[in-house]
Amino acid sequence: MSHQVYSGVPRWIYAVAVLAALVVVLPLIAMVARVNWANFLPLVTSESAVSALGLSLRTSAASTVLCILLGVPLALVLARGRFPLQGLLRSLVLLPLVLPPVVGGIALLYTFGRQGLLGSTLEVLGLQIAFSTTAVVLAQTFVALPFLVVSLEGALRTGGERYEAVAATLGASPGRVFRRVTLPLVLPGLASGAVLSFARSLGEFGATLTFAGSLQGVTRTLPLEIYLQRETDPDAAVALSLVLVAVAVAVVALAYRRPGGRAGRASQRTTAAAAPVRNAA
Amino acid sequence: MTFTFEAAVAGRGFDVALTVGPRETVAVMGPNGAGKSTLLAVIAGLLRPDSGRAELNGRTLFDLSPGRSRWTPPHHRGTALLAQEPLLFPHLNALENVAFGPRSAGVAKRQARADAVRWLAEVEAQELHDRRPAELSGGQAQRVAVARALAADPGLLLLDEPMAALDIHSAPLLRRLLKRVLADRPAIIITHDVLDALMLADRVVILEGGRISEEGPTREVLERPRSTFAAGLAGLNLIPGTLARDGLRTFDGRTVAGHAEEPGPAGEGDLAAVAVFPPSAVSVFLDDAHGSPRNYFEVTITDLEPHGDLIRVRAGSLAADITPAASADLGLVPGLPVHFVVKATAVAIYPA
Repeated sequence: MSHQVYSGVPRWIYAVAVLAALVVVLPLIAMVARVNWANFLPLVTSESAVSALGLSLRTSAASTVLCILLGVPLALVLARGRFPLQGLLRSLVLLPLVLPPVVGGIALLYTFGRQGLLGSTLEVLGLQIAFSTTAVVLAQTFVALPFLVVSLEGALRTGGERYEAVAATLGASPGRVFRRVTLPLVLPGLASGAVLSFARSLGEFGATLTFAGSLQGVTRTLPLEIYLQRETDPDAAVALSLVLVAVAVAVVALAYRRPGGRAGRASQRTTAAAAPVRNAA
Repeated sequence: MTFTFEAAVAGRGFDVALTVGPRETVAVMGPNGAGKSTLLAVIAGLLRPDSGRAELNGRTLFDLSPGRSRWTPPHHRGTALLAQEPLLFPHLNALENVAFGPRSAGVAKRQARADAVRWLAEVEAQELHDRRPAELSGGQAQRVAVARALAADPGLLLLDEPMAALDIHSAPLLRRLLKRVLADRPAIIITHDVLDALMLADRVVILEGGRISEEGPTREVLERPRSTFAAGLAGLNLIPGTLARDGLRTFDGRTVAGHAEEPGPAGEGDLAAVAVFPPSAVSVFLDDAHGSPRNYFEVTITDLEPHGDLIRVRAGSLAADITPAASADLGLVPGLPVHFVVKATAVAIYPA
């Protein structure tokens, strides 16, 4: 942090780093410059925009909850379990991170769609998932789950095991160790994972469009609305984009707040175990 | 016996049998990698051995003898573990940490709190109730950790080098505390410090290479060590060999003269024995112009180190204590060949 400390970074690295930062920041500036401020409020409060934003927030919240309910056990099994093909399972779970979302959408369609793997079973039960709000939530969960699993597995691997062992020797059952020790210890990791999942869900486009379609009020989330508006009303598209950028900035700030923020506390916790050793020295 | 234990872990070359009496504290000592932590992990149920069985207060901890497979999970064993680091749960304050064990056993919240208050007072940490572990010093945290382990009311307390991470000011306080709380309960303590063994333990078990090389009452082991490791702990020179009529026959055929405490049966050539003498009884000479009642060893100096107000001269496994003046007169430096000379009357020889 202090500028008196030798950093060892060559000067030309700074030049390239500035270039890299521009790659990310310049398009955002260009977009903000293009915003029609006079009509900004009417544009972002139009009926279709409000409906899309509302749907986006509701479905993203739902898929985040789904990610937590499904992702916590999965991350725990990946971090603590020892079973054959564990590495393969981890790779498969992380696949949506690198898969084009449209491919994910097609995969979901052939799983839950009418002609899909589970389609006929679901139809017997009177459930039709494709092209419904449920499909939006499923598509978002599919792409967002790896974010939660990755960040939670990382948190689980930073030394919680020894606390869990001590808790067990003190008489705590596995269930109690999970509730009273494991979960509280990884809470910061879980929170930042949940925030990232929410952000990914909010921005989901390809899988949603493929698997859920674009029906106003039912499956047309904000990114879909922006894409649609871009062809007829570019000003509206830019204004709505800015809204998404604002939400994304807020989310990132929430996830990476420090010091004293969630991420800050996370690093404090991992060093807490080492603190007595340092005191002794 | 309160606690009986035997177990083997093939992958770690670990094979140990051990008992602990109702009010007994056993110190487990040995070089790094000897299997000390493996021992505690198997007892606590954190590591499953390949074979063996253990019982605590009549309850089976595990029984993996042929044809059986009984395994009690850690939380049903009553073997609380106190590690080198306190490992207090960082999201709970001191009081909640101590109440964790009673709460886990199903004790009601108020009663568990009352228990925790009592145990914190017992470890002289009553003023630390509301502190988070991050706000405690190393010594304070370890005292709270002792209270937390005791509050779980363990049938056997396992301590894995509890003083190792403490500074020299906190360690004596904790040692006194442990002496008090361990007095009337069974415990196994791993330690590298001979002082811990003397103050806290009734019996010492020396573990080397996954096996017990020596065990016995603490004083006896330190006064009459039978293993090189125990001799090192006691600060004594030890030469292994076999009992001979005139002393000890070393493995390379030399004879070490000394007084045999229990004269061996005449003519017996292969009874394992050790010759033991303190470094203070060793004189250092540059040549070998010395008479027969003395033992002399041609050695090469490996190290010189301060030892109280003397200089400890190390030569391989042997050591001599001489004054700094004598060391300077002789011009001792590592690598110098010298003679270690010991009077026969200073050498104790007894069966190993």
